[in-house]
Amino acid sequence: MTDLAIDVRGLRKRYGDLEAVKGVNLQVARAEVFALLGPNGAGKTTAVEILEGHRERDGGEVRVLGFDPGRRERAFKERIGVVLQETGVEPYLTVEETVELYRGYYPHPRPLDEVIDLVGLTEQRRTRVIKLSGGQQRRLDVAVGLAGDPELLFLDEPTTGFDPAARRDAWEMIKGLQALGKTIFLTTHYMDEAEILAGRVAIIRRGEIVALGSPRDLIDTEARTLIRFRIPPGAAGLVDGIEGADVQPDAYVTIATVDPTGILHLLTGRAIDRGVELGELQVARASLEDVYLRYVGEDPAQESAEAAPSRGSRRRGRS
Amino acid sequence: MNTAALALRQARYEMRAFWRNPAAAFFTFVFPLMFLVIFNVVFGNGTIEAPGGEINFSTFYVPAILAFSVISACYTNIAISVSFARDRGVLKRMRGTPMPALAYLGGRIMQAVAVALILVVIVIAAGVVFYGVEFPGDKLPALAVSLIVGAAAFCALGLAITAVIPNADAAPAVVNASILPLLFISNIFIPTSQAPGWLNDFASIFPIVHFAETLHGVFNPFETGSGFEAKSLAVIAAWGLAGVAVAVRYFTWQPRK
Repeated sequence: MTDLAIDVRGLRKRYGDLEAVKGVNLQVARAEVFALLGPNGAGKTTAVEILEGHRERDGGEVRVLGFDPGRRERAFKERIGVVLQETGVEPYLTVEETVELYRGYYPHPRPLDEVIDLVGLTEQRRTRVIKLSGGQQRRLDVAVGLAGDPELLFLDEPTTGFDPAARRDAWEMIKGLQALGKTIFLTTHYMDEAEILAGRVAIIRRGEIVALGSPRDLIDTEARTLIRFRIPPGAAGLVDGIEGADVQPDAYVTIATVDPTGILHLLTGRAIDRGVELGELQVARASLEDVYLRYVGEDPAQESAEAAPSRGSRRRGRS
Repeated sequence: MNTAALALRQARYEMRAFWRNPAAAFFTFVFPLMFLVIFNVVFGNGTIEAPGGEINFSTFYVPAILAFSVISACYTNIAISVSFARDRGVLKRMRGTPMPALAYLGGRIMQAVAVALILVVIVIAAGVVFYGVEFPGDKLPALAVSLIVGAAAFCALGLAITAVIPNADAAPAVVNASILPLLFISNIFIPTSQAPGWLNDFASIFPIVHFAETLHGVFNPFETGSGFEAKSLAVIAAWGLAGVAVAVRYFTWQPRK
């Protein structure tokens, strides 16, 4: 018995002329929370659906809990839980009935009350699915994925469309699952989600893994610190001679540097000499999002629409 | 649990959801009963020519509505509800559970057959109690065989038609377009004894007119004997087998996008 929950070597998949997955290698340990990140069309969903047994692969070795998912064996499906992107439950059953229905498919289901409690739907247990809010329906999706008490849970973009409070709640829930010793394979568009939940992340771009490691290690590879401020009126020459200073027409400056202490010393010295303030000064460490954008950002065809505009606004909020 | 027990369990949940879904319950269940009442109110006192002599319109409409009931509960119900389940991702999700595909589809079929059975009992009881229709006790085996073959064939065709239904929004339109015109020319909504020969020839390509014929034969008091219509049953069965073949080959579990 191996201690790997997922072992993928040289995974390939093509759709006609398009090579969607080009030789992916991935190992996920048992009880690990692993996140697969990538823009739309990078091969994320294809890869996950191959691991779940929903799609056939064209090449490579895949072992999930020791099974070949391509064979779709019943014993394999008894041990995994899948939460797809789409909802996919009968609208006219209640929460309780839905979970009970799915529990019946598995040999050793998790107790009904526990499942409902774990996803926080106890108050809605007699409510019909059609009357649940979007966030509640998504929780029910997770409940259905947990009904069979799986060892390995696939969560495909579990919080897309959630409001911020619902996302926090969902994260707490996923952390709770981790505490139960479940292996969790997550895909997400949200870098903060991956940073908070995942022990390790992989970034996939055009069907290839381009970065793999813990969020901390990946951020450490992004050695630069970002200094940002607004040049006050009448303070010309403030950034003269500073390498990497990017001055915008609106007088905002961004400096990406591996020597933040030295640069700040120089800048604050010059500001004091001139008797001005460095407007809206922020010093921010790189985030997982910066790492992500470094890997996928130079690929405008694939960059997801929401990633780019969020960059500046998020940084401003991080001072 | 084995496949049969899982299918039965699935059927119970599908049934519960069915009664709670106003559109499904109305169009599948209330429609045939409504038509039974309307036709009998409109034509109730008249008579119509049938093989062997004149029969009351009620004696025409009870078996006709029986056929419509089975078609509605099996073909229409399965085609529309499975298309919705496929579009909502229910089928894909089911496919990810350990439940065998056969148990899921078997459950759907059991639910449809149960609805058909309830309708059959109501229609026959109403016919006997309110409309003076003679219960064909001596032709009971023929009635049972006709209903079983018809239900099986229309369930299979209901699964098969999902192959050409692009999405849930289109499901009611595709299903009604495939069935409504045939119901009008197949001796169900309107007696077709006066219709031009070419129209009847055209209708006889399809299984509905044959299904109606087996049931009309059972309820026609002038037709003595066992009431079995071997040729009609064969045509219905052939359509059913074709439906199975198409469903096996083209049925999909993934939503169509």
